[in-house]
Amino acid sequence: MKPSSFEYHAPKTIDEAVRVLGQVASEDGCVLAGGQSLIPTMAFRMAKPSHLVDINGVAELDELAVVGDKLSIGACVRHAAFHRPVVEGPLGRLLAFVVKHIAHYAIRTRGTFCGSLANADPSSEWALTAVTLGASMTAKSVRGTRELAANAFFESIMTTQLAEDELLVEAQLPILSEQTRFGFYEFSRRAGDYAVAMSLATFALTGGVMTDVRVGVGGAEGKPRRIDEVERELAGQVPSEHLFAHAAEMAAAAIDPMEDQQADAHYRRDLVRVVTRRALERAIQ
Amino acid sequence: MAAKIEINVTVNGRRYCIAVEPRRTLVDAIREDIGMTGTHIGCEHGVCGACTILVDGVPVRSCLMFAVQADRKSIRTVEGLAQDGQLHPLQRAFMEHHGLQCGFCTPGFLMLAAGVLEREPDISDEDLTDALSSNLCRCTGYQNIIKAVRAAAQKMRSIR
Repeated sequence: MKPSSFEYHAPKTIDEAVRVLGQVASEDGCVLAGGQSLIPTMAFRMAKPSHLVDINGVAELDELAVVGDKLSIGACVRHAAFHRPVVEGPLGRLLAFVVKHIAHYAIRTRGTFCGSLANADPSSEWALTAVTLGASMTAKSVRGTRELAANAFFESIMTTQLAEDELLVEAQLPILSEQTRFGFYEFSRRAGDYAVAMSLATFALTGGVMTDVRVGVGGAEGKPRRIDEVERELAGQVPSEHLFAHAAEMAAAAIDPMEDQQADAHYRRDLVRVVTRRALERAIQ
Repeated sequence: MAAKIEINVTVNGRRYCIAVEPRRTLVDAIREDIGMTGTHIGCEHGVCGACTILVDGVPVRSCLMFAVQADRKSIRTVEGLAQDGQLHPLQRAFMEHHGLQCGFCTPGFLMLAAGVLEREPDISDEDLTDALSSNLCRCTGYQNIIKAVRAAAQKMRSIR
């Protein structure tokens, strides 16, 4: 269908965007960034916002820069920006590897990193990345600015801590140390389809044993999360096939899998076992 | 109905001034308000790629942009591929390698390929195939499309 009618706003500054959003949010107004999730939803008339606040004209939101020990990603930074490593070291390579799994080329030229976080689809690769690496998010409204942590930011399917009048202006990812290894594995039916299950694992090898272990699983539950039991189990251990298979079993047991037309709970649980093991294996390749 | 907004958009080098409702998608504006029907609508929700055009040189699915967002931008559609009556290497290659049958998906493939190859002329075969895999074709089975784009890519590299 054609989208239903809306009033269009095109602010030029963050302050203006926040002010307008504050005025229209209570009347079903929302933010338009990449539009690659919002506009299809409007085409189905599953979403009928009466106002759209287009933030693509806010130059301040284009920033992508290393600030201290963080990579700062503005709200209008497109997925495509990450195709080539944006920072030296493991983080740049990790983002460049993960980004190839997001939708398709022509979607990645418009869709945004922060938009994916705010949309909070369980299959969002960036949401899994944010949670696993411990990202922080900056949200602004007419009431002020607040910093949110990734492990609390995602509440459930398509739901975050953001209030309806809050604009996610920036996300910050920690710069990973040079010794950090990472592995990412996603299962989807066809290339570019939504992830049915995916895992991101990062750790360092110190004296031959795993340290700073982070293992996140996404696509399987309403929101992505780190699996504490698995991380504790792996900490201080020497990597081995047997160890990773055991960790993968634990991840599968820990998950409360979603059921939808893509996969039932049993299949998803099985996929979590596979993707977790493969993510860990890729990290030591 | 929200009041119409006047926008200025350059399409294939020519400036157009049109008045559109905010909800008017870019593909509908190109086809209906500007009158260029070379860009096709397949699914209207961003999965088929038939509506792919170049916006400021970048491949974009025009059903996933509102026309108002294209104000002051430069757009290229399939009508603008041929220059001075000369077919673009991609158009020639699609003909030579049977990269089309009904032709419905073709403008989307042509603009996607043109955009990808202009931005990354030395793109690897694997990445090129990956980029092309995002568009749907019901007729050809894709192999001849890949052959055509590869052949055009070689030609485009050699005439640089």
